[in-house]
Amino acid sequence: MTSPLFEIDSLEVAVEDKQIVNGLSLTLRPGEVHAIMGPNGSGKSTLANSLMGHPRYTINSGDIRLAGESVLEMAPDERARAGLFLAFQYPTDIPGVSMINFLRRAMSARRGEEIPVREFRQVLNEVLGRLQMDEQFVRRYVNDGFSGGEKKRAEILQLGLLQPLVAVMDETDSGLDIDALRIVSEGVNTFHSDDNAILLITHYQRILRYVQPDHVHVLLDGRIVESGDASLAERLERDGYEPFMERAEERVLTS
Amino acid sequence: MTTPASDAPVTRRSDYEYGFHDDVEALLKLPKGLSRDVVNTISDIKDEPEWMRKLRLKALDHFNARPMPEWGGELGDIDFNDIHYYVRATDRDESSWEDVPDYIKDTYDKLGIPEAEKQGLLAGVGAQYDSEVVYHNIREDLEEKGVLFLGTDQALREYPDLVQEYFTTVIPPNDNKFAALNTAVWSGGSFIYVPPGVTVDIPLQAYFRINSEDMGQFERTLIIADEGSQVHYVEGCTAPIYSSDSLHSAVVEIVCKAGSNVRYTTIQNWSNNVYNLVTKRATAYQDAVMTWVDGNLGSKLTMKYPAVYLMEPGAHGEVLSIASAGQGQHQDAGAKIVHAAPNTTSVITSKSLSMDGGRSTYRGLLKVYDGADGCRSNVRCDALMLDEHSRSDTYPVMEIDEKRVDIGHEATVSKVGDEQLFYLMARGLSEAEATKMIVNGFVEPIIKSLPLEYAVEMNRLIELQMDGAIG
Repeated sequence: MTSPLFEIDSLEVAVEDKQIVNGLSLTLRPGEVHAIMGPNGSGKSTLANSLMGHPRYTINSGDIRLAGESVLEMAPDERARAGLFLAFQYPTDIPGVSMINFLRRAMSARRGEEIPVREFRQVLNEVLGRLQMDEQFVRRYVNDGFSGGEKKRAEILQLGLLQPLVAVMDETDSGLDIDALRIVSEGVNTFHSDDNAILLITHYQRILRYVQPDHVHVLLDGRIVESGDASLAERLERDGYEPFMERAEERVLTS
Repeated sequence: MTTPASDAPVTRRSDYEYGFHDDVEALLKLPKGLSRDVVNTISDIKDEPEWMRKLRLKALDHFNARPMPEWGGELGDIDFNDIHYYVRATDRDESSWEDVPDYIKDTYDKLGIPEAEKQGLLAGVGAQYDSEVVYHNIREDLEEKGVLFLGTDQALREYPDLVQEYFTTVIPPNDNKFAALNTAVWSGGSFIYVPPGVTVDIPLQAYFRINSEDMGQFERTLIIADEGSQVHYVEGCTAPIYSSDSLHSAVVEIVCKAGSNVRYTTIQNWSNNVYNLVTKRATAYQDAVMTWVDGNLGSKLTMKYPAVYLMEPGAHGEVLSIASAGQGQHQDAGAKIVHAAPNTTSVITSKSLSMDGGRSTYRGLLKVYDGADGCRSNVRCDALMLDEHSRSDTYPVMEIDEKRVDIGHEATVSKVGDEQLFYLMARGLSEAEATKMIVNGFVEPIIKSLPLEYAVEMNRLIELQMDGAIG
């Protein structure tokens, strides 16, 4: 078995003194796709943001390791340069900053050296084409006035350009119509290789029709309450989160 | 043991790169202080017509009679008796760069001014060193078309009637205390006249430099754009760093006749011991377009509110203003638009930055007179603070005396947002790089309206200031 690429180890995360993630562990090996599924309020976004090091979230205990190295002491930019990527649920707009300028800076940061213009153009056009995005798109300001679908596509564009080791996708499927969902999913699949790993965090299983997960985990109350293969997602689709909630309550009561 | 590559002492680069000064005795420097004698002497030196002397003395009375403004910035430290009101370094205003004295030429070389002219980026260049204009030159073809671009003193000597016809018609001597001071002791500045229908296709530029310590620079600029003409004037300002403060109090008057189009661009980068108290105003007649582009980076205190009076139907006024206040600085800047005729339009766009304990203030007045129906105006002012100990205030005043108008107003004050920083940092940009990117984005709407060289320079200056503030 290959060594783990990304490990979340007994992680506890709090927001303003309220603990949201309650001892979550997960191991991703190279080439794997994991899906974490949970209802509203189960801690999905807290988990996603804390993995990337958002200053609003406090890690109370546990560890996060990328390729064997703990990232807890790293600022978000250091984590990004080390190969961690977060596709945002709600990407922030930055008026006045063009996508093309931002993308070039981000790629140069990830590489640790300035990317030559010619090479940048080439890679950019290739990924734009794959995502069926117009070249004019990158002339616009970062996420400024983007539709929901455009924002998500822009995230996948960044995923394709930055080539991280581990991609955490926070509800990338929400707010997408069926065509956009297919294009975004294809973007994720094209990125995916034996050398990287993907963590899909989602409420619904519809993206899992396009991106095949190796493992599915059910998140409730900041904990993983059930893990299984792709068939678990189908069970969730059929029965909803209700049965898992009842079981989680029983566990709390009997503990 | 490791040794440095060079034994040269490590010198700390000053944040303000134009802080050098020339150790040259001025040719003529009036003693410190302000009096009727000083005003008379300035007028004598310039051998002016009697009407100008009388105007100066009348303005001096206004200056003495008026109290210091209580609003705006802190002016209490200005000691009017501790200022040289006239300092002349050379006795000529040259039209050939070769004839300018070497030490002055060196200064402008360091500032990169003649370079732009050599490269043909400009239609004409003027340079003022302390109180006097030392150089003016204009492209021959424009001169042949009757375009005048010369020092205001020279204009008064060569075209006294033209100067008298317009001088103080836009900003009267008693307009405010500092306009009165300027009218009393003015020296230098640019005079531009563009004949009817003539288009000056690339910018005319002037460069103002204070070199002497404890001096006041009081240039007086007058621009007359005749009917259907077009001109863009650009000015830049710097000064050395001295331990004591200097005063820069200019007056700029512009007359935009029917159908003309005037753009006036300023990049002010005074050192942080200069009080920069400037009155700028334009009148725009039938269908004329007047645009102020105003960038304020340096100075200890700037109080400047470029104004457009829209006098006849169809006139359009626009002010694009950007201010950046760093440590120990107060930028009190804004705009003033007066709709004095129906169907006039205006736009005010203001962006201000404060960092490192600096303070920026937007102060604006939008006035619509009764009867000026069908006016449209849009005011937008945004302020961005880079840290907790900086300050930003907004004072937008609107006096609308007419009902049938369309006025839009939007103001925002924000801090560099945690979410924006997190987003950029999550893509690998350091906090400093991310902050710069957010700030560059914030000022972008103004920067893109500048001529290319100035856009580059403005971005560079803001980054330089941020390097000091965010490390």
